[in-house]
Amino acid sequence: MSDTARTSAQAVELTGITKRFPGVVANSDVHLSVRSGEVHALCGENGAGKSTLMKILYGMQTPDEGTIRVHGEQIHFKSPADAIKAGIGMVHQHFMLADNLTVLENVVLGAEALHGIGRRARAKVRELADSTGLDVDPDTLVERLGVADRQRVEILKVLYRGARIVILDEPTAVLVPQEVDELFGTLRSMRADGYTFLFISHKLDEVRTIADTVTVIRRGTTVGTVDPSRVTSRQLAEMMVGSELPSPQTRTSTVQDREILRVRDLTLRTADDRVLLDSLELSVRAGEILGIAGVEGNGQTELVETIMGMRKASSGVVNLDGADLSRVGTKKRREAGIGYIPEDRTRHGLLLQQPLWANRILGYQTRRPTARGMMIDVDGARRDTRRIVDEFDVRTPGIEVAAGSLSGGNQQKLVIGRELSGDPLLLIASHPTRGVDVGAQAAIWDQIRAARARGLAVLLVSADLDELIGLSDSIKVMLRGRFVADADPATVTPEDLGSAMTGAGATDDEGHLVVDHTADDTADQADGRTDEGVES
Amino acid sequence: MTAKLRSSLLAPALAIGFSALLCAIALLVSGSNPASALGVMIGQVGEGQVAVDIVNSTAIYMLAALAAAIGFQMNLLNIGVEGQYRIGALVAAIVGSWLVLPPVLHWLVILLVAMLAGALWALIPAVLKVTRGVHEVLSTIMMNGIAFGLAAFLISQDRFGELVGNNISTEPIPESGQVPNVDLGDRGQIFGLVLLAVVAAAVYGLVLHRTRFGFELRASGESPTAAAAGGVNAKKMIMIALLTSGAVAGLVGMPEILGRDHAYTLNFPANYGFAGLGIALLGRNHPVGIAFGALLWAFLDKSKVALDNVGVPREIATIMQGAIVLSVVVAYEIVKRMDRAAEQQRVGRAMGTVEPVAADSGSAK
Repeated sequence: MSDTARTSAQAVELTGITKRFPGVVANSDVHLSVRSGEVHALCGENGAGKSTLMKILYGMQTPDEGTIRVHGEQIHFKSPADAIKAGIGMVHQHFMLADNLTVLENVVLGAEALHGIGRRARAKVRELADSTGLDVDPDTLVERLGVADRQRVEILKVLYRGARIVILDEPTAVLVPQEVDELFGTLRSMRADGYTFLFISHKLDEVRTIADTVTVIRRGTTVGTVDPSRVTSRQLAEMMVGSELPSPQTRTSTVQDREILRVRDLTLRTADDRVLLDSLELSVRAGEILGIAGVEGNGQTELVETIMGMRKASSGVVNLDGADLSRVGTKKRREAGIGYIPEDRTRHGLLLQQPLWANRILGYQTRRPTARGMMIDVDGARRDTRRIVDEFDVRTPGIEVAAGSLSGGNQQKLVIGRELSGDPLLLIASHPTRGVDVGAQAAIWDQIRAARARGLAVLLVSADLDELIGLSDSIKVMLRGRFVADADPATVTPEDLGSAMTGAGATDDEGHLVVDHTADDTADQADGRTDEGVES
Repeated sequence: MTAKLRSSLLAPALAIGFSALLCAIALLVSGSNPASALGVMIGQVGEGQVAVDIVNSTAIYMLAALAAAIGFQMNLLNIGVEGQYRIGALVAAIVGSWLVLPPVLHWLVILLVAMLAGALWALIPAVLKVTRGVHEVLSTIMMNGIAFGLAAFLISQDRFGELVGNNISTEPIPESGQVPNVDLGDRGQIFGLVLLAVVAAAVYGLVLHRTRFGFELRASGESPTAAAAGGVNAKKMIMIALLTSGAVAGLVGMPEILGRDHAYTLNFPANYGFAGLGIALLGRNHPVGIAFGALLWAFLDKSKVALDNVGVPREIATIMQGAIVLSVVVAYEIVKRMDRAAEQQRVGRAMGTVEPVAADSGSAK
């Protein structure tokens, strides 16, 4: 890394960046050199320090040591405004758009001084959209836009402010494969026009597709910069975690005959009678993992929360191991044997300010070992938390620290350890490895597989198609609150699933996804992709 | 644990120091000598019945603060403690005067009636909140207004009131319903029901930290979403929390009514409920913190009279009360952030993600 000589072609050069940060991760002696007009990927585990580094580059944090050069000129950023002035823009992972404003208004909002808010602004947006291929109607309300379009608006926003260097924070996390391809097409054409991209991701196959150069960051420091065409995904992943990777999935069926979860005719309507879930039918047997695929916002969250009793179904039956749970609340459903890994652990899974052992009690406040009758058993909770910390490799200095102090992966391991204790019959896992580093991801998959082998029924909702295909015994595809297709994870590819998720997939009479690989090499390619994805 | 203790003492110490400084400045500006004012405030404690009065007030403030704290635990701002304790006191005084029962039983019935009346007064805001989403601040403030009006109406002479001297009072509670005081002669009389406040604080602490209900209450307060996912019924918790808060509020007037006045009179003191909100903030909803907060509050209350006597504006004590509450809120936030940062650093260090930083920050815990 240190051998990269500075030339005028360097768009961004970070040298010796160190940030002493009272948090989980700091940066120490980071070197990063981005050539003008390239797509430079920054890879690393969650918690490796990518976000801190990007915050430094975007002026949200000031480094304690080290220098930032933009086009050869040393710069001290005091705020994002300075970074924007230097031509750096950032597209955040979570979009920051006002739903009730139009595309044009969103783009102009906060940058009214540049081109006004009238005709000149519109012309400028139009010009940018045309030249970059980020084509969105400037007068559409943002609330009408899909995820991919919203992302285009976000990119337009930073370009409008004059950015020539664009930081993209996990831009593909919310997109289906087809949309990813479109995004990459746009990036390539913009790269040809001289734009520079810093692309943050931990999806290695995507990084290898789009990036000209990859820098890997581990434990707060850069471990190397490589040409992605010369290394394999596995090598990259090993650079990220610094060790040998776990092997991909094994597919021995453990499905038993005993039906654990039976959902019949489940319907959920909003107060204004919009249908969120439309007469859903599903069944999960002991030892089976049923995967639910779908673009986010098509009812997966609602399905899970309705089964958990956090939302009240308009009609339909939820049956667990023969017992009708349709009328009872969340607590009774949990007591009946449902474990729940929520999609957003900080909102639904943990009390961030409470110590780990208090979090062990949450959801289990009526049961041993964390309770006796009406009383909380603090000793029992402490003891069992220690067990979880050991068995699930939760990396923490102790069980008295607040849950919020742990990194995302360790928080998630704690949640999974808790939800797998007390021998549940059914585990509902929403995005169990989201925002979790590679090491923790493999550990979580292992735990879910082991529980499945013991006869646990699992309902798995995930946006990570490789994870779905790798873990599930069968897959249902959800679109606009309905199951639109079934797929066999042994034969389906992420691309096929992606088509079905957007409603473009072909299904046969029984709703099974038609997998049609006319040429053998297509199938091989797809298989290869799957394996890589699971590794990463 | 020592670190935890240190930071829980650091914040109030900082806050009291800061507010004392503010008051000293206010005194200087108003032309008084801060040192001599402080001397008067401390000196008063030894005089006459002041010490006993402080103890009695402390008990009353503790009850009011506990009532507020129950709501605060789940971010319910029960501003209605004021009205709830008034209704509780009035109803209990009326019912108590009707009954003739053996002594201890009589007290218990009166206390129970006070709690029921207080809870009933909180029921309307609770139902409104759960069914219609009406914010409890608005509804409880309105209920306070109604409570004042209702109390004035019920105590009129055509209802339950009778003229005693130039005061209007409910019928006196018979002797069996009067709780005996600890008589310290010239020093005054400590209310027997001071013990009630102590018991209430202990029960509060126990319930909060050792029972399922307490856990669910705190969980709902910290994260309603996580609590819901953990099987806590949010609406039920709101109902129970507001009703319990109201029930405890109903007890606020009891030490004075059962220990001294033996009736509800026109002179029944106001503003305990509002003071309770401040004291709960001061004590960070912790039973021990609330006890000390109530003591400090009572002390400052009595200081007003003493300061007045030496020509220092009595409002200085009010300023100090306000300044302390504000500074405590700020100080706790600062200390909390410092603690959190320190802990994150500790976790990071233990996991080896901040090795280079750990090298030069070896501060022991």
